[in-house]
Amino acid sequence: MPRRIDPEGKSIGFTFEGRPVAAREGDSVAAALTAAGLRDLRDSAVSGSPRGIFCMMGACFDCLVEIDGIPNRQACMIPVTEGLAVRRQRGAVEVRI
Amino acid sequence: MKTYDLVVIGAGPAGLAAATEAAKAGLSVALLDEQTAPGGQIYRGIETAGAHRTAILGKDYAEGRDLAASFRASGADYMPGALVWNIGTDRVVEYSGNGSSHRIGSKAILSATGALERPMPIPGWTLPGVTTAGALQILLKAAGIVQEDALIVGSGPLLWLLAAQMVDAGCPPRAVVENLPKGRMTAAARHLARAMRAREYLVKGVLLMRKVRAAGVPVHRHATELAIEGETSATALTFMARGKAHRIESASIALHQGVVPNQQVTRLMRADHVWDASQHCFRPKLDGSGQTSVPGLYVAGDGAGIGGARAAAMQGRLVALAIAGKQDERASRLSAALAREGAVRPLLETLYAPAPEVLAPADTTIVCRCEEITAGTVRRTVDLGAPGPNQIKSMLRTGMGPCQGRVCGLAVAAIIAARKGEDPQVTDYYRIRPPLKPIPLLELASFGDMAAE
Repeated sequence: MPRRIDPEGKSIGFTFEGRPVAAREGDSVAAALTAAGLRDLRDSAVSGSPRGIFCMMGACFDCLVEIDGIPNRQACMIPVTEGLAVRRQRGAVEVRI
Repeated sequence: MKTYDLVVIGAGPAGLAAATEAAKAGLSVALLDEQTAPGGQIYRGIETAGAHRTAILGKDYAEGRDLAASFRASGADYMPGALVWNIGTDRVVEYSGNGSSHRIGSKAILSATGALERPMPIPGWTLPGVTTAGALQILLKAAGIVQEDALIVGSGPLLWLLAAQMVDAGCPPRAVVENLPKGRMTAAARHLARAMRAREYLVKGVLLMRKVRAAGVPVHRHATELAIEGETSATALTFMARGKAHRIESASIALHQGVVPNQQVTRLMRADHVWDASQHCFRPKLDGSGQTSVPGLYVAGDGAGIGGARAAAMQGRLVALAIAGKQDERASRLSAALAREGAVRPLLETLYAPAPEVLAPADTTIVCRCEEITAGTVRRTVDLGAPGPNQIKSMLRTGMGPCQGRVCGLAVAAIIAARKGEDPQVTDYYRIRPPLKPIPLLELASFGDMAAE
């Protein structure tokens, strides 16, 4: 399990799949999900297999999630803000016109 | 459109030092960086990590504070959260920030986009719970999060640094599993005399290894046949070592096989690249001032060839001085210091060259994570007559997913080169095209309107 080493930090709340998650100020969405033990962030676009964080630096695009209704967001590149609604991404995203 | 004397891309040590130096020399400078704060990956979180976290990360990490502070005070325009997605042949830089795209002009561009971790394709490496070692270190630097009972797997200086930092954080890894083939120490020893010129790196390495062992972390050496087990997430690592089969359970497995230059910007600009046989990677061909084959495009730091954080900052300063036309005494002192930094590289590169197993993944192992293409499929397509990485990309979509080859590029190129029995220089690499990273269509559409105004 992941552990936080800093004794304290300002708490921020957001949701993942509708469930509340506690984050700390300065966390990326990916870091906050990791700290909460949430590792399965999407199904891959080709085979539908589960994926989670991989590089944490914006290079691999494995941590793609839906944030506030917008798909294909890199969870590792987006800072958590109060009330974000994050959802697992399932497979390839279809263009809605 | 505003035009700067110098646009720097990347806020790691090379970019920060270059922007600071160039601004001091009187140039107008903009620094664009995808992250929200300066530091790059090596000094990630440098302005926000508290005393406790900084103590764990060590004094080499703390060196980043001065770099960031000097940059903040330099007068250079700092644009954090800026994703550069195109650079024209006219050196106009197009980037995305705050949900819309913008463009700035430049007389010179410095690509200081650093390094990426070398791909380490092994069975099961796409499962949740498997990350790069760099990812665990970024969690520690940027968020103060440590994985308990993690397995650190592969080879390279970062492997030991991360393991030692985890020990200091009170969460030692469950084991370190090193995949270096036997005989590497002996091979590296012939570079020892030269490496002694920069002996502090050797001392640091030995101390890190000692710290990890003293903490009681089991260390398995010369591991082969690495594979990760798990259905929906990683549950265990299996491998062979000392003639025996091993299986270690862990839900967090961190892979590392060294770092390689991030070529996206220099490939986009069609700069010439050379295959560096010692570092097992491509790097841009540079002249004495750090300029690529594309006039006005410069590279400093690990993106120019792996040299580490201190060398990156020195290169950044040197390039800035060259662009500003200040090839003075200070530049010669910096060059001498840079040469000394480089003295340790031949030893490290010989010792930590990627394991043959990593360069030749099994047929059933996925190499392209985005499009889920196996090594065997790449080999079969080469056998069908695909001449190189771009034809493999067209036929199989390797490198065409969202990461655009950042993860699989070198692995795919190495498989093609080996299959054809060809030098990687001949095989070459993916052609990189804009946008450098995916951006929303809506943003692109409104950017067109804006540009027309």
